[in-house]
Amino acid sequence: MATPLVVSEVAKSFTMHLRDGIKLPVVADVSFSLATGECAVLGGPSGAGKSSVLKMLYGNYSVDYGQIIVEHGGQLVDLASASPRTVLAVRRDTIGYVSQFLRTVPRVSALDVVAEPLVARGEGREPAREKARELLSLLNLPERLWMLPPATFSGGEQQRVNIARGFITSHPVLLLDEPTASLDAVNREVVVGMIAEKKKQGVALLGIFHDQDVREAVADRIIDVTQFAPARIAA
Amino acid sequence: MNIADYNFAYLDEQTKRMIRRAILKGIAIPGYQVPFASREMPMPYGWGTGGVQITASIIGPDDVLKVIDQGADDTTNAVSIRAFFKKVADVAVTTETAKATIIQTRHRIPEYPLRAGQTLVYQVPIPEPLRFLEPRETETRKMHALEEYGLMHVKLYEDIAKHGRIATTYAYPVKVEGRYVMDPSPTPKFDNPKMHMSPALQLFGAGREKRIYAVPPFTEVVSLDFEDHPFEIQTFDQPCALCGAENVYLDEVILDDKGGHMFVCSDTDHCEKRQAEGHRGHLAPEAMEPAE
Amino acid sequence: MTDEPLLRVSALSKYYGARLGCEDVTFDLWPGEVLAVVGESGSGKTTLLNCLSTRLTPSSGGVSYRMRDGSWRDLYRMSEAERRFLMRTDWGFVHQNPADGLRMTVSAGANVGERLMAIGDRHYGNIRSTAVDWLSRVEIGKDRIDDEPRSFSGGMRQRLQIARNLVTGPRLVFMDEPTGGLDVSVQARLLDLLRGLVTDLGLAAIVVTHDLAVARLLSQRMMVMKDGYVVETGLTDRVLDDPRAPYTQLLVSSILQV
Repeated sequence: MATPLVVSEVAKSFTMHLRDGIKLPVVADVSFSLATGECAVLGGPSGAGKSSVLKMLYGNYSVDYGQIIVEHGGQLVDLASASPRTVLAVRRDTIGYVSQFLRTVPRVSALDVVAEPLVARGEGREPAREKARELLSLLNLPERLWMLPPATFSGGEQQRVNIARGFITSHPVLLLDEPTASLDAVNREVVVGMIAEKKKQGVALLGIFHDQDVREAVADRIIDVTQFAPARIAA
Repeated sequence: MNIADYNFAYLDEQTKRMIRRAILKGIAIPGYQVPFASREMPMPYGWGTGGVQITASIIGPDDVLKVIDQGADDTTNAVSIRAFFKKVADVAVTTETAKATIIQTRHRIPEYPLRAGQTLVYQVPIPEPLRFLEPRETETRKMHALEEYGLMHVKLYEDIAKHGRIATTYAYPVKVEGRYVMDPSPTPKFDNPKMHMSPALQLFGAGREKRIYAVPPFTEVVSLDFEDHPFEIQTFDQPCALCGAENVYLDEVILDDKGGHMFVCSDTDHCEKRQAEGHRGHLAPEAMEPAE
Repeated sequence: MTDEPLLRVSALSKYYGARLGCEDVTFDLWPGEVLAVVGESGSGKTTLLNCLSTRLTPSSGGVSYRMRDGSWRDLYRMSEAERRFLMRTDWGFVHQNPADGLRMTVSAGANVGERLMAIGDRHYGNIRSTAVDWLSRVEIGKDRIDDEPRSFSGGMRQRLQIARNLVTGPRLVFMDEPTGGLDVSVQARLLDLLRGLVTDLGLAAIVVTHDLAVARLLSQRMMVMKDGYVVETGLTDRVLDDPRAPYTQLLVSSILQV
């Protein structure tokens, strides 16, 4: 099995300049890899740094130390040291991300929010919308909402738009930050099915799932983040 | 006033030289506005101080001067300036276009075709064609220097947008020799085609604005326009009421307080000449009261 | 993405006498990329923008631009005629105050058409239909084409200014606080419009703003300035989610949450 993503010896800390520059270590020596067609789940209690790991992989957080090697366009790229332009290219073509919250843009319809990642990759607007419709109806989002901007949607509705947006492309790596948090049982099942489908397509998935049922349904293995806890500075 | 106290043609020789240098530079760069040290003249700004200074600088004892104001030889402005030069230069004056060597004009070009050797001196109030759209002199100078004339078309665009056609009827901007955009002074656009390839030398003087510019003989003068709204001159429904002339520029003359009016040649010399040759319009005195 | 950048800025500094405007700014901008320059008043961001757009001459450093024919030109070695031509064809400049970028006494249509006429378009009908098209793209009704911007609201004026700038299909647009001074609802509409236009036209843009939300929505990359120095650069969401410089942390933590 190919490994499209390898994380080695990654460390991350926050320096709080507004609080006399105290240094808050988050994780250290993070090392794991992802194989195609598997879904790995980051485990551990709140505050262990699960979200931080995902955000480093997506380039939202900087990396203090270590490497994040991703196979991008036939080449190996180190995201920890890549230029912003490279990170953008990796996001467009290689790593997808379903965040916990939808960052809405005023006046853009839910349908176009979902279709946008495909359009950004050069797909025509209509075919992209067609695919967006399929996903939204699969996720049981009422059709009357499709043409409305999602800003006023409920949490669950926004979450489904967000999931559709993340799943519409065929990125080889997909990061999931609690995609099922505000969903009802029916839609959780749908998402579990969608993840299984992605695995079948050979996508490497890495996620955070607080919901035990979902985690058990999708996880091929658990990566325990507590093992990456930084050596506590003696207090 | 003892006229002997004054130099020939009022201005001192140094001033004339300065103005002649400006004129020569203007002729060398057709359409370019040359700054010059405009003098106080014994008449108010707006009465043609720019034109008078040019005329004073180029006139010689053998010249024959004609002065017109809106085409007429007999209005206050024309009469005064003619009298002025008669007094300070003792030159011959005329009202006949063909006989004049220098014609100072306020806002018209004579109907009778000008010939080589004649000089037409225009009185100009505002020399800068871009002024009403761009108030900064520093900027308009730069625009001329870099040939950035898009703004001129903005003005014509506005005309068409507001009136359905180019409604500018006087001071209609022209491009001289394919380079400088120039304000032809507030002559009716009817006269614009006469400037093109004219055998006469055309000089423009703006006294208050202190600018001189020129169109040498046989120079290309093109009125700006749009492809789908080409330049057109005014046309008149009827001939001159006095001399019956067609294809000339006509003035409306009010005859009474009951709405009576007639259209007559704005060029009085042209009209009188035609009448002397026997041409008659429908309101000519002889037409109304046939000879006994 | 193209392999070559559009704009190359190297070690650009500007002093006003002994006073520092901006110091040692270096970056590349690629086609289609939007860079936000953020910082408080007096941080040097507007000085930088004015130097880049050749409205100011820098004290040292260089800016080169890749022309449409692919050749690289040093902006400050170009003749003024070339520079002005570049500014009204391949570049746009959106001012914070629309009155600075518009001709307030000529109609909306002429405001949009001016650049076309400046590059030699002489067909009234074509100019007008292009103007109608651009007005509709910035959501101004075609019944307003003959109205002067004086009769427009602030938001409409700003949209008109954008249309006026984009009509020649520029590749690079400079924006100085494009949403400053507008109501929040008007701001949102303008931002959305700008975002759409930038994406659809593949514009590169340098947006100066003190509003981090504007930066987040419009830009992919961000540069944080303080007292004339660049204190942090990077991917916009990286800078906002994980601010590293003390000043950026202060800036991010000062955002009011609604």
